Order: sequence, then structure tokens, then C-alpha cells
Amino acid sequence: MRRILLAATAVAALLPMAVHAQDAPTQTLRIALNEDGDILDPTLARTFVGRIVFAGLCDKLFDINEKLEIVPQLATSYEYADPKTILIHLRSGVKFQDGTDMDAASVKYSLERHATMQGSARKAEISALDHIDVTDKLTVKIVLKSPSAPFMAQLTDRSGMIVSPKAAEAEGKDFGLHPVCAGPFSFGERVANDHITLDRFPGYWDAKDIHFAHVIYRVIPDTSVKLANLQAGAVDLAERIAPSDVAEARKNPKLTVAVFPALGYDSLNLNLGNGPRSKTPLGESKLVRKAFELSIDRTALMQVLYNGLFQPTVQGIPPSSPYFNADLKVPERDVAKAKALLAQAGVKTPVPVTIGVTTSPLSKQLGEVIQSMAAEAGFDVKVQATEFASLLSAEASGDFEASAIGWSGRPDPDGNLYSFLATNAPLNDSKYSDKDVDTWLDQSRATTDVAARKALFAKIVTKVEDDLPILYLDSPSWVTGMTKKLSGFRTVPDGMIRLQGMELAK
Amino acid sequence: MNSHLGRRVLQVLPTLLLVSMLVFGLQQLMPGDPALVLAGEERDPLVLQQIRTELWLDRPIPIQYLHWIGGVVHGDLGYSWRIRQPVLQLVAEKLPVTLQLGVMAFLIAIGIGIPAGILSAVKRNTKWDYIANGIGLAGLSTPNFWLGIMLILLVSVRLGWLPPSGYVSLWEDWRMSLATTIMPAFVLGNAIAAVLMRHTRSAMLTAMDQDYVRTARAKGLNETVVVLKHALRNALVPVITLGALELGTLLSGAVLTEQVFSIPGFGKLIVDAVFNRDYPVVQGVVLITATIYILLNLLADVMYVVINPRLRGA
Repeated sequence: MRRILLAATAVAALLPMAVHAQDAPTQTLRIALNEDGDILDPTLARTFVGRIVFAGLCDKLFDINEKLEIVPQLATSYEYADPKTILIHLRSGVKFQDGTDMDAASVKYSLERHATMQGSARKAEISALDHIDVTDKLTVKIVLKSPSAPFMAQLTDRSGMIVSPKAAEAEGKDFGLHPVCAGPFSFGERVANDHITLDRFPGYWDAKDIHFAHVIYRVIPDTSVKLANLQAGAVDLAERIAPSDVAEARKNPKLTVAVFPALGYDSLNLNLGNGPRSKTPLGESKLVRKAFELSIDRTALMQVLYNGLFQPTVQGIPPSSPYFNADLKVPERDVAKAKALLAQAGVKTPVPVTIGVTTSPLSKQLGEVIQSMAAEAGFDVKVQATEFASLLSAEASGDFEASAIGWSGRPDPDGNLYSFLATNAPLNDSKYSDKDVDTWLDQSRATTDVAARKALFAKIVTKVEDDLPILYLDSPSWVTGMTKKLSGFRTVPDGMIRLQGMELAK
Repeated sequence: MNSHLGRRVLQVLPTLLLVSMLVFGLQQLMPGDPALVLAGEERDPLVLQQIRTELWLDRPIPIQYLHWIGGVVHGDLGYSWRIRQPVLQLVAEKLPVTLQLGVMAFLIAIGIGIPAGILSAVKRNTKWDYIANGIGLAGLSTPNFWLGIMLILLVSVRLGWLPPSGYVSLWEDWRMSLATTIMPAFVLGNAIAAVLMRHTRSAMLTAMDQDYVRTARAKGLNETVVVLKHALRNALVPVITLGALELGTLLSGAVLTEQVFSIPGFGKLIVDAVFNRDYPVVQGVVLITATIYILLNLLADVMYVVINPRLRGA
């Protein structure tokens, strides 16, 4: 009898495993990426496509949703004990892909790694962090140097990714070659410039929402070839389809295209005070900059470049954000007024302007369209195309008059504004400096009150639109192509591909 | 003989040293700060400073060079700044891919170019000649990337016969490997086929007018034997020389073709490394290519001596 009981117990114990094995997904999801990512270590990583891969590999303390609200992921909730102290409560029973437990100690370890590791790209993002205390196994207390409203938003991206301390200690700087996190898929293999394969992690805390055995991220830089792969069924989803390919993709009965607003912006950054090349009519006179803006028809520009899929804008905050200032309208093109402003500024026409663009066809086209539009108002625009690395160096060192480098965007407006507009901030290549804007930016960091921040951001974007250190052109959209068999794709403005809930019909 | 070879071997090291200095030095002339590119969107001065310190970018260039070459002497080419993989591993991963593509492209070029050249010479001024010439001209004047994309649209999207892009290694699945490389190899081989065809044609026309061909015909030999055995053998000498020269074209052509077909080969590796200012990868790839080239030349020198005894005394 005892033996029978034992056998029955064994069968009963094995039964869930058998059912589990039967239910285990077998399908592979194939995703086309625009370029190869960099190192797969959340502390050191710097590229956009790298973040897409991390969405399958490393869960974060928090995530954002379609409305840019902060929602739980590895953490279940948070609260402010005071403006400088945040308590974060963690999900229980979460395992890393190496089988170790994800707990408060590992959160402390990961955040400290982000903050202190040599070469960390996260340092600036969480510079407000003073120290972390482990309160209990599933609670950490984060103490900030000063109140920082954008801090929580940082924990929805790479700064909030928690790595396995055991693996990170063992691998050191090479952790990115075999990353171990608490995401739905574990690292499989990587062939540089070709593909990255992730394998389902059966111990994932939200395993019921994962419907693939493997995910393969393939690097396909050419837009036509990317579309061809989608049409031929060689990939299931392709990020950043060229806007000009959307009509073609939509003609295909097997494909669908999701177009949804992104977090960043495209802009012309104008040199106001960065070295001798700022000593131009455009750099020195607000009237000339305004005239230049009025000479551009943003709506027509969007139509020519992006088939009207991107939205014209005059501010660095995306329309999807609750902080977007809807009162700030995009001015209509007004050549007569532009000419009048140039006359008022007393500058000799045509006013010479050199715009630096990258060698990508769209960037060059942007320069050329602006060139022809601005010519009518009395500007002599020269378009200078250099590859991205050189353009970036030129802009950072002040060797530019106007430069077309946009920004990929962050969920909190602070990430789109502070570094570009605050006096001497790291990405402020225009060397724009305005006392009011500096004060408002600092105030927007110090309060977590949404209404108060909204009022401050409204003042900032209005003042910046008046001063024009950055000539915002558009809020881009993500254009993602996929097979109609794929369901569950979420259109979150950060453009990440969240694998939870995605499914391929057989 | 030994002294001759000894001299040649002794020349290799200084040449390689010179190449390494050239690569390192020329690279410093490229605009664009590698630390800025690496920092990406996190251009915080603190981060930039850390990157510069870690990668020795804040030291004088001669010191940076000595640091690098010191590693090279010990067999360590460094690691990619961007993805942190060792350069040697990247090269070992990518070189076979480009070699496979190159060999297949060359076989395709020979397979198309030489028979088409023969046909067009033998059937001179007939419709066959015009067709072959037309194809040759089209092959020469069609840009690689255009032909690549057109083939993908036709063969993969419309007909669904072959995968549109990507690469599978020969050892992993040889059928898929051939399926993924046949289109790019055709694109790459196509232009060379055209060159080979035109040269085979003119060499064959010259050969067909020679006395020994007339003699062969007079002996009553079958026309096929005359063409293939007598004319072609003599016509092939300049064609082979040309084919060898075209091998260089293959490598440069591979850069574009690999980009279009998303093939992770040598060409794509170096192009991406240059754009990302991934200096160790650029240096490593150029140094290895130069080493292979120099060693092949040395091998050729050795072969001359082995084949031609008169050189042994030199």
C-alpha cells in the first residue's frame, strides 16, 4: 500500500511537469533590427537596438505603458517616504536565469553597479542616487541626494534592470558576453552583425504570458531588404520600416503596419554660443532664427520626407506625454513675415546658413527641402553631409551652425529637455543659457506634483520656442511592420518590443 | 637559395611593422571622436572621461600605439570597443563567411564567363554572339546593390524560392548555407563573369585565327576538339592571369554585397567598425589582411624558387 502511495505521489508530482512540458511553446519569433546593438550589459549598453534585445532578456523594476505611466514589473509598488526617500517593494518568487533569487540584495547590487562601475553609461541617469539600503528581503530604500522627479522614470529603462549578482561577479567586465537577468528569455548566442538568439526561460515569473520557445533578432540594415524579408515571411516583425515603404507593406494581405507616436524629436540644433562658428546672423539674432523658422513649412516637410506619418512640432515634449503643451501651436509658413523679420534684424540677404546632415538619404533630403524653402525667404542654405560620427563630433566641439541630430526621447520630459537646455548641460551643444529656463528646469526636478511640473514645462517650451536654440521639426512615429499572424504587439511610445502576451497564430 | 629566402623572410617583419604604424597613424586622421561615438546618447563628460581613460585615448598617440602593438606581439589583437568580443574571435567568425562567398562567386564567374566567351567567339557575328555580348554588357553595367535588391524581390518575395537575406554556416546546414549564399554569390560573380567573358572572347578570336588551329582543322579533327583542346588552352593563359587579378575585386565587391544581403562577413565587419570608430577591429582586420597578403607573396616567392632552379643562385 505504502509503495502504491509513493508511486501515486510520484506520478502526482510529475504530472504538472508533464503538462508543463506539453504546454511549453515551440514557436520561434524572428525580429528584424535596423542595426547591431552594442554590448549586452545593461550597465554599459548605449544603443537603441540594444534596448530592444534587453526587453526580452532583462526585466526592469518598473515599466511604462502606452500612456507613459509607470507600472510594476520586478517591483510591485513604490512610495515616497519623503521627497528624498523612495521605498520599493519587490515581487516575490522571482528567479534570475541562473536559478538564483532576485531579491532586495540583488537590487542594491545592480543599482550600485550602475552607479559606480567603470565605464557605466547609467551614471548620469541615476546621478541623483545617494545610497540604497536593504530594508528586508523584498524592500529597498533608495535615498536621493536631492528630490528628483525624473528618477523613477529612469528605473523603467536600463537603470532599472536587475542583473544576477552571482553571474555579474563571476564575469566582471565580460558580463555582456553572457548576460544573466530576470527577463522572460535567457541569452542563447550572438553572432556579431548577424543575429542574437534568446531562449525561453521556464522559470520566468510571468511565464504564462510567454508564447515563444526562442526569439531571434536579425540585423538587416537595408530598408528594402528588411521589407522583402517581411514580405517573404523570413521575419515576423521588423522595427523601423521606412515611411516610404508603408504603402507597399499595407498592400500585402499578409502584413500589417503599426504606426504609433515615439518619444523623441527631429530638430535642427542651432549654434548660439559654442565657439567662433556661433558668430553668424542665425546664432546671434533671435529675429533671424524666427525668420528661418517661418520660412519652413513643417507639414509639407513631413509629407515629403515621411509620407505624413510624423507629426510637426515646436517642442521637445512628445504629444503622447501628459506634459505635452497643446497650447503651443506650430506656426504656419509665412515667407512675407520672414522677409520682414530679416529686414527688421538689419542683416544682409541672402543670409548664409550651413546645415550639417548625416549621409543617410532622409537626412540629406531634409537639408535639401529646407534649403529650397528657406531660399524663398532670403536664406542661402548650404547642406553639408558627413557621416554620423563626424557630425556628432563637429556638433559637440562647436564646429557647426545648424546640425540635424535628433533625440530618441525619454518617458519623462526631463530626459528630453534638461541636458539640452540647461546652462552647461552635457548635451547642450548650442550653448544656450537662460536663467529662467534653468530655474524652471531645476524646479521641475524638485517636485513630483504633476500639475506643478506641467505648468513649469509649459513655461520652458514656450520660452525655448521663442529663443530657438533648437528648431524642433517633428515628433517621429514608430513604424513597425509585422505578419498578421502576430498578435499582442504593444504600441508603447518607447518603441520597445515587449514579448509578454505576443503570440503567433499557427 | 637559403639566403634568398632568408632575406625575404627577414623583410616580412619590418613590412608588417610599417603596415601596423600606417594603419594606426592613418586612423588618427579620421574625423570623429571614438569616445563620443561610443558614449552614444549618454554624452556625459564623466562618461566620456571614463571611456577615454579605459581605452587609453587620453594618452599620447605613440604610447597608444605601443600599448596596442605590445598586445599584438603577444597574439592579443584587443577586443571590440563596441561589443567587447575579442578581435581575433570576430575575424575567425567572419573570414570563412567571406571566403565561402568569394569562392562561390568566383566559381559562378568562371562557370558563366568562360563558356559564354567561347560561345560568342565560335559563333561570331551570330545571334549567340550578340546575346552573349548583351549579357556581358549588362553584367558590367549593373550596380551590385541594385541587382541584389531586384533578385531578392523576384526570387524571394515573388517566387519564394530562396531566403531573402542572412547567412547559415556550411557546417550547420549545408543546404541552407548554399541557399543563403547563392544569390549574393551570383551578384558578386556577375560583374567578374562579364569581364572574363569579354576577355575569353577576344583571346579565343585571336587563337582561332592561329595556324595551329587551322592545322588541327586540316587534320580533320572534330570542331569541338579544335575549340576546346587547341584554341581554348592557349586562350586561357591571359584569362587566368586576369581571373587572379579579379580576386581583389571580389573582396571590395563583398563589402556592398554583404551589406545588401545582411551577410555577416569580413566586408561588413570592417565597414561597421569604421562607422562606429571601433579602432581595435579596424586595426586588427587591416593587419590580418596585410599579413595574409604578405605571406601569400612570400609563398609565391618560395614557389618561384622551387619551380625555377635558376633563381636558386640569386
